[in-house]
Amino acid sequence: MSLEIALFYLAALVSLSATVLTVTRTNASHALIYLIISLLAVALIFFLLGAPFAAALEIVIYAGAIMVLFLFVVMMLNLGRGSVEQERRWLTPKMWIGPGILAAVLLVELLYLIVGTEVMTPGIGVSPKEVGIKLFGPYLLAVELASILLLAALVGAFHLGRRYMRARREEIE
Amino acid sequence: MEPNTFLGIELGFIMIVPVLGGALAAAGLLVWWERRLLGFWQDRLGPNRLGPFGVLQIVADVIKLFTKDDWVPPFADRVVFTLAPAAIAAGMLMGFVVVPFGPGLAVIDLNIGVLFFLAMTAVTVYGVLLGGLASNNKYSLLGGLRTGAQMVTYEVFMGLSIMGVVLLSGSFSLNDIVRAQEGMWFVFPQALGFIVFFIAGLAETHRLPFDLPEAEHELAAGFHTEYSSMKFGLIMVGEYIGVILSSAMIVTLFFGGWLGPDFLPPIVWFTLKTAFFVCSFILLRAAIPRPRYDQLMSLGWKVLLPITLVNLLATGAIALLQQGA
Repeated sequence: MSLEIALFYLAALVSLSATVLTVTRTNASHALIYLIISLLAVALIFFLLGAPFAAALEIVIYAGAIMVLFLFVVMMLNLGRGSVEQERRWLTPKMWIGPGILAAVLLVELLYLIVGTEVMTPGIGVSPKEVGIKLFGPYLLAVELASILLLAALVGAFHLGRRYMRARREEIE
Repeated sequence: MEPNTFLGIELGFIMIVPVLGGALAAAGLLVWWERRLLGFWQDRLGPNRLGPFGVLQIVADVIKLFTKDDWVPPFADRVVFTLAPAAIAAGMLMGFVVVPFGPGLAVIDLNIGVLFFLAMTAVTVYGVLLGGLASNNKYSLLGGLRTGAQMVTYEVFMGLSIMGVVLLSGSFSLNDIVRAQEGMWFVFPQALGFIVFFIAGLAETHRLPFDLPEAEHELAAGFHTEYSSMKFGLIMVGEYIGVILSSAMIVTLFFGGWLGPDFLPPIVWFTLKTAFFVCSFILLRAAIPRPRYDQLMSLGWKVLLPITLVNLLATGAIALLQQGA
């Protein structure tokens, strides 16, 4: 058990420091790499807490698909040295005051809640089958709503893309 | 879980050594084997000088790679450029963790084995993508971009094509999936799933005919244009490990894994079946020309996606019917 706790705190440390570095990096691609590492660490935490299914999906979907698209956009924007300089000018010490105060308020609230409530139950293993039964049982409506949202996004993207393609085709003709 | 120990150490820990060594050695051997096989199919000899049948060619190649100048371009992003090849090889090697080589012969039998494999192949995208980005070269960047789109696209079909197998066996654990095939290999009820998985496996390892990320006649060498010496070697090793991993997964998911008649031990059956698919990967390279990039993408979204969805629907309906009966 003590090994698990040590692994948990190690993963938490990695995740937190990677997230902080995500915010403070001036190079967009470096920031993204730290964000990916942070997601991988969070997946490890899920695994240690007994939710292997959530851990696997965290990597497959967040780290494996969504972040790839982020990186894709960064690559297409072709950000060079200029944008790093610009970021450096924006990230002045004065800029940190506002977000710092707001984050500190949340941190105090969180600490208060953690101290106030009883010890949370240590992770109970949840198998993929149980997750599936829950998703398509009591949470069916949420699944359907999420899929409708995705369908709407898909139709929207198709619509925008088609207009662009039509304009291109007329240009060629 | 039953206590599966050997000399007081858990079997999984011991398995790490042969799996790691075996995968790397097989990848090295495959470099030679591919060239010999391609030579045979193209009616020429291939490397046949060093050692019996030229099998020591890989030693010569490694010496050559090690003595080459390990050059990092001054305009590249140094740290990312150096780490990217390691990410490719490490991700592919991690995939072997869940592959069952025989009854109980796996590093770990996760109850999310299939998802773990998908997660690890998903992570290898970054090696290619970041390698292309960090090289700071237009060919590398284009190669990286192509990889990003190609791999994210084909991951979708790869995941969906496995779902039929998961439905039939009722488990994500690769060991359970192999055991569920004792009556019949899943390639028969899941023929469509197998075809899609095979094509997606080709695209995921970006092997010819789907090696558009490195298409040499249009992009120099694609994402690894700037790589030389052992960094290039690591990328190549990662690619060959990917081929072996894809073949091993095809065997496990669709061809009964280590199951086979009793006159040979299970691990030999597994190796033979995997070797067969590795050879068919090489045969495809020798036989089929490379499609255009948009053809690759439209094949994915317009043909493979509907096939997998229909396959999933039919499999689900049949599973439901059998449950009702």
